[in-house]
Amino acid sequence: MSNAKPLLNVSGLTKHFPVKGGFPIRRTVGAVQAVDGLDFQVGEGESLGLVGESGCGKSTTGRLITRLLEPTGGKIEYRGQDITHAGRAQLAPIRSEIQMIFQDPYASLNPRQTVGKIVSGPMEINDINPAGGREARVRELLEIVGLNPEHFNRFPHEFSGGQRQRIGVARALALNPKLIVADEPVSALDVSIQAQVVNLLQKVQQELGIAFVFIAHDLAIVRHFSQRVAVMYLGKIMEIADRDDLYNNPRHPYTRALLSAVPEVTVDDIPRERIRLQGDVPSPINPPSGCRFRTRCWKATDKCASEAPPLVEVEGNKPGHLTACHYPETADSVPAPRLSKDPQAAA
Amino acid sequence: MTPPTPSAATPLEVIDESVEKSPSPSTPKGNESRSPGRLAWKRFRRDRTGVISAYIVIFFFVIAIAAPLIAKLYGKDPYTTYASQRPELLNAFSYPAGPNGGMSSEFWFGIEPQLGRDVFTFLLYAIRTSLGIAVAATILTTVVGVVIGVTAGYLGGRTDYLVGRIIDIVLSFPSTLFFIAFMPVIYGIFVAADDDVPTWLRATAMIILMAAFGWASIARLLRGQVLGLREREFVEAAKVTGASPMRIVFKELLPNLATPIIIQSTLMLPAFVTAEAGLAFLGVGMIDPTPDWGVMIQRGAQFYTEDLTFMLFPGLSMVIFVLAFNLLGDSVRDALDPKSKR
Repeated sequence: MSNAKPLLNVSGLTKHFPVKGGFPIRRTVGAVQAVDGLDFQVGEGESLGLVGESGCGKSTTGRLITRLLEPTGGKIEYRGQDITHAGRAQLAPIRSEIQMIFQDPYASLNPRQTVGKIVSGPMEINDINPAGGREARVRELLEIVGLNPEHFNRFPHEFSGGQRQRIGVARALALNPKLIVADEPVSALDVSIQAQVVNLLQKVQQELGIAFVFIAHDLAIVRHFSQRVAVMYLGKIMEIADRDDLYNNPRHPYTRALLSAVPEVTVDDIPRERIRLQGDVPSPINPPSGCRFRTRCWKATDKCASEAPPLVEVEGNKPGHLTACHYPETADSVPAPRLSKDPQAAA
Repeated sequence: MTPPTPSAATPLEVIDESVEKSPSPSTPKGNESRSPGRLAWKRFRRDRTGVISAYIVIFFFVIAIAAPLIAKLYGKDPYTTYASQRPELLNAFSYPAGPNGGMSSEFWFGIEPQLGRDVFTFLLYAIRTSLGIAVAATILTTVVGVVIGVTAGYLGGRTDYLVGRIIDIVLSFPSTLFFIAFMPVIYGIFVAADDDVPTWLRATAMIILMAAFGWASIARLLRGQVLGLREREFVEAAKVTGASPMRIVFKELLPNLATPIIIQSTLMLPAFVTAEAGLAFLGVGMIDPTPDWGVMIQRGAQFYTEDLTFMLFPGLSMVIFVLAFNLLGDSVRDALDPKSKR
């Protein structure tokens, strides 16, 4: 449910990585279509979850929004300002408002800098002098993320993974951002620590009103954290909806399959219907025509191969629930998953 | 897995306390930071070979720097031919008259055959010249190598490709042959045919030529390191906050490259010492009136059948120095990069 004026507006976002080959003259022989036409909005203070399998373009999307990568096409608007191809100088005022939390807490902190330097670095770069000095602000930030503020002159190797990720959060918060892109912020952590960090992020989101793009492959964490969830497959959004709507009423077969794969502890005798997807994710260098999911979909027909389904509010959806499918699931539709063979494996 | 627990912040702090305690036992003062450099220093101090080698190396540098002072206290200089004033120092065949190459309380390391110079001061100044050239060449090589390597690695693309090919060419060059063939050409450019080549020109030419062939290996190494580092997330984190390329190179990349740079340059210096001596021995580096390790060994090689002592001093001192410096380099590497220890 996007607000009237979205903070971030992404339309038709595309990123193709060129594949080089050939001898002796190297030339572009193809492209990995990592992200291919994404449309979504993130409202002020809203958390959008981005889920999907490995290699579906989630992280690429995150890096495109923070402009670590140059988009091939499409448009990224931040507060109405087009930042799709903005240079470093043009981005400078916005840099402080869009921050990022990284996946690997062991790689995201410079091993040669103290925690104080790491957290105050963003302030130094953007020439921000908070009242009371940068050191006081660093202590305050460390306190916010639940670390001992006296540890500001320690080095990253003296901290555990969860503590390091907290340092990463403190660094992202240092500039009072409006939007944080969290790229699988907990997937490198122990399960026992994951909850702590997710709760910290949630606290930060609620108390400071920061919007999040939360990238994860763990549906349970996304459900816990995000108000809205987008499901990605092979560089495209398959379905995007409010959290409860998506989890209770998935309309896309892929979403349904994903949700059915979440392990669940139940005391019921009746085992839940588990949809097993056949085959592998097709190569993003040569994705299937039409609907990208059709090679693994049990409902696929000729129409799916010839026509890419648009991401629209299909019949029966609540407002804001968009699904890209010609044959959306309904609540009572019996999943017919146990396929013996891969339908239309050949494109 | 993640049941929403709004009050999770409280128990969570408790867990943190216990985790925070863990690094404390090894650091008595709670807020004392253990920087990577300090940890490396601690590891180094535990390495006895390294510490002894360091003392030997420091000793050589001290006597090289203090050579004029020592010579003054000792009361001799390396240029005076003492035998021309006191012919009794040499015998009829121009070899030292006394035993053991003329070693005495007056001439500690004996005197040189034929010319009768003082070996002790000559050796002091020889160490001074050789180490000076080697240190200058090491510094120049390191600076050039670091600048080119980091630039190539950071910019990537065409620059990287071009630099990579240049490195290949430089590394495939037979540098010793090039020195022998080219030194006279260089002297010919700057000095008229029948003039003497000034010592400073010889030294400068050697330093520049050695750096011209030495930068490639360190540049290649650093290029690889930078390629690995610049994809690391902390560099991306700096970019997200708007850091300039300058800041990324100097604040994020270079501190992490200090280890390979230090290791490379400590292993490079003894190699330059031997290379410089080798060139002097071959007659393309320093030449006779200038005291130099290579010059001394070359002179010694002329007389070693009759007067071994004269060759022994420069030879032994150089072996000790190069060995100690190489061991020091290994210890420095082990201290800075413990994973590389076999």
